[in-house]
Amino acid sequence: MSSAISLPVRLEKIVGADRVRVEAADLEEFAIDGQKPSAVLQPGSAEEIAEIVRMAASEKLALVACGGGSKLGIGMPPRRYDLALDMKGLTQIAHYDAADLTLSVDAGKSLRALQRILKEKGQFLPVDVPCVERTTIGGTVASGIDSALRQQYGTARDFLIGAEFIDGKGQVCKSGGRVVKNVTGYDLHKLLVGSIGTLAVITRLNFRTFPLPETRAGHLASFPNARSALGYRTTLLKTGLPFANLEVLGPEFSAMAARMFKATNQEVPDALSSNHWNVYAAYEGNPSVVKRVTRELGKHSAAADASKNEYLSAAVNEELARFSSQSYGFLTSASSGEALFRIVLPEFTARNIAEILRPAREHSLRAVFVLRACNVAYLALLAETGDASAIQSLGCVASGVFSTVTAAEGTATLLHAPRALKQNINVWGAKRADFPLMQLVKQAFDPHSIFAPGRFVGGL
Amino acid sequence: MPARCVNYYSEKAATSCSRHLMDPALIRDLKSLLGPANVLSQKEDLLLYEFDGSVEKARPEAVVFPHTTEHVSRIVKLAAKYQVPVVGRGAGTGLSGGALARRGGVMIVFARMNRVLELDLENWRVVVQPGVVNLDISRAVEHAGLYFAPDPSSQKSCTIGGNVAENSGGPHTLAYGLTTNHIAALELVLPDGEIVRVGSRHGDAPGYDLCGLFVGSEGTLALVTEITVKLSGKAEAVKTLLAIFDTVGDASRTVAEMTASGITPAACEMLDGWTLRVVEDYIHAGFPCDSAAVLLIEVEGLREAVESQAAAIAEICKANHAREVRTARDERERELLWKGRRNAFGALGRLAPSNYVLDGVIPRSKLPEALERIHETGKKFGFQIGNMFHAGDGNLHPIVLYDLRDTEQFKRAIAAAEEIIRMCVSLGGSLTGEHGVGMEKSELMTLLFSDADFELMRRIHDEFNPDSSLNPGKIFPLSKCCGEIRIRKVSPANRVSS
Repeated sequence: MSSAISLPVRLEKIVGADRVRVEAADLEEFAIDGQKPSAVLQPGSAEEIAEIVRMAASEKLALVACGGGSKLGIGMPPRRYDLALDMKGLTQIAHYDAADLTLSVDAGKSLRALQRILKEKGQFLPVDVPCVERTTIGGTVASGIDSALRQQYGTARDFLIGAEFIDGKGQVCKSGGRVVKNVTGYDLHKLLVGSIGTLAVITRLNFRTFPLPETRAGHLASFPNARSALGYRTTLLKTGLPFANLEVLGPEFSAMAARMFKATNQEVPDALSSNHWNVYAAYEGNPSVVKRVTRELGKHSAAADASKNEYLSAAVNEELARFSSQSYGFLTSASSGEALFRIVLPEFTARNIAEILRPAREHSLRAVFVLRACNVAYLALLAETGDASAIQSLGCVASGVFSTVTAAEGTATLLHAPRALKQNINVWGAKRADFPLMQLVKQAFDPHSIFAPGRFVGGL
Repeated sequence: MPARCVNYYSEKAATSCSRHLMDPALIRDLKSLLGPANVLSQKEDLLLYEFDGSVEKARPEAVVFPHTTEHVSRIVKLAAKYQVPVVGRGAGTGLSGGALARRGGVMIVFARMNRVLELDLENWRVVVQPGVVNLDISRAVEHAGLYFAPDPSSQKSCTIGGNVAENSGGPHTLAYGLTTNHIAALELVLPDGEIVRVGSRHGDAPGYDLCGLFVGSEGTLALVTEITVKLSGKAEAVKTLLAIFDTVGDASRTVAEMTASGITPAACEMLDGWTLRVVEDYIHAGFPCDSAAVLLIEVEGLREAVESQAAAIAEICKANHAREVRTARDERERELLWKGRRNAFGALGRLAPSNYVLDGVIPRSKLPEALERIHETGKKFGFQIGNMFHAGDGNLHPIVLYDLRDTEQFKRAIAAAEEIIRMCVSLGGSLTGEHGVGMEKSELMTLLFSDADFELMRRIHDEFNPDSSLNPGKIFPLSKCCGEIRIRKVSPANRVSS
């Protein structure tokens, strides 16, 4: 190997000339927070990636694996960024035993295409995540983004049973396996979930799959204030009824949903048109289960004194579920200066939600709030413009949110923020006490720090 | 590429492995830290701790009983000072030698760190010390309609600390997952004695999923001193079915078909005819002695879901020639059936001095083939191999009965076990579904993992446990050469699991 030969040429030797791109437009497509790579490669196999990584390791080139590119805004700007790996060249289904409900799929497979294949066998992966039209299964897992079905099915960590990946030394490694129950070796694949590509390049993922539910249904109940909406939510959670999703939609979020229905010429659910807090219950199962949950929702929403109580038609429910699961996309493109928080609190109360919303009100920023099941909330801060004063307001509000959440013993992450804002604020919040252990994990996986350096928690 | 010689143990670790007698000064220091009553060092006391539920045996040089996290931290620091390894132990019910002192040293028994520290019933969380018995967690919260879902067969005696170390399962893992799916946060003592907390009580915090790494790391990365567990709500309805078959093939095809049709019961256990007759003779659970196999299937959830699921299951059983599908009429009958399953290993102890319980996993679609091949292996090696296992998730527990006094027979038992595990791997399965690798299966790890896989696991290990001072000699193969598969030379022990 000689550095006298230019980088693109050496890369071409690994993946072939047609799979190395250096045109400005290509590099722009893979920019992260304005930083562009020197080259975009589309490897066709795990072995090719391993070779690229070995080269990157020896030349200290920083590398970012990209799926559909829809969530590249998560995290801090990379400290260095030389090569973008376009993973969309790895799209095989290595193994699908529908009778065993297990699947092994290449990381670059489009999530939508994957779900279509599973659907033929009456199955699916319960990852109802944002930007589904673009996202790959690898990006979904690496981003750690929440699924709208988390209440019922958990997160990817709960049904990811194994993985193949390239470590920072350029070796093809694996952990777990293809069986639904397995404790052989360290569960390294769990570490990859939500690691945004800072530990390894994920090349293949093994999952257990799930049967598609027979029917799905949805219900909205409206309340004049957050307190009664949260009270109703608590009541529902305590019933033990199987909800696929249970969301408290703030008034602004409800209004956005209503606008979406209008924009697509659909009938707007009544509950969404008021300036109220709504509780959206999504549930599924066989018809007798759905009937039972429907009956109980009527009972509980009446007892909670809901101002509106609305069973959704199948079409409207499907649309609202889509809006809810895709809201990340809507929220991050709703204005020219926007920031999106993911907030986890021990308990959401009317008081602490008001506290979280207060900084936005004080700076006259629009704030869109939605509380998912499992105590995960999203808060979008929408500035009218992306100019310097708007960024300054966003910064003040974001700091206020971070301190409120920390005081309430919760955690906040800025999933999306303008580049300018990231210069002044760490999107991951303060380091936690276990950060030194995370450094050990990073060191073991990526000793030369070539994978997306600087993007993750604490500059990992 | 030709097989490369790799020693997965570092030089430093290898040196600490070949230590000699423990320094009496360490015993003195331990006694002054914990009080003499909490330190055992006499040979006759240590003998009790040289076994667990596996066929392995290894004796610690001292056994200590800490009461607090601070104790654990200071024990670890003392051990480091005297360059002695440390191994944690709960109730010692493990089946892979995970809680044995393979390299001697200090064994920390968590039996006296057995307090429930906090009940947070509102948020379905309980904070416990590692020595709390698995079932006691459920007992502490049952008044609120809650329970701790992982239910190893030894749940009346095994501890939560051991469950976390091994990522234990149980019959109801099928619907609810292993221990790892029910742990929110951990307090750890690292090999240098530092105390750290990982995870988050209420939800996922930003950063790597350290809980996911530590649960199931078999005590090789850190010692767990406090555990925040997630509770589950009791289902409003439960139905327990006993499906009776005239052939093992029909029973296993039922499981495969049930899985394929997307039905996931809460539990689906199989007992073959030979096993159930032994169990019935001892426990009188109501298993039909003239059958070839039974499936013990439990469905739970909303009444409506339970009814329809039970009906669908019964239909599949009938379509696969079940002679009869019984439903437990009441809680007493249900308890009795489960007692039969849970205490079955005890029953087997009446037949032979020793038994070897395997833990291989296979894809559910391969179940009929796997059982057929286990039967053939039994014939080949001259054993009656019983099967009593978690059929629903493909987690086999073939049981080889042998007499440890007969060295030749013991060798054959080990050879039969290896053939079965190789078969599981060849069908796309794995070495262990819930018992862990420990000492028992460390040499077989090369069936599944490559040099690169081991290297990465070793780097993780070495970042946390650089001197192999915590639980040395576990998980990683000791063999010098990759590709060289050896079953370890051990003296067999007369142990059965309960």
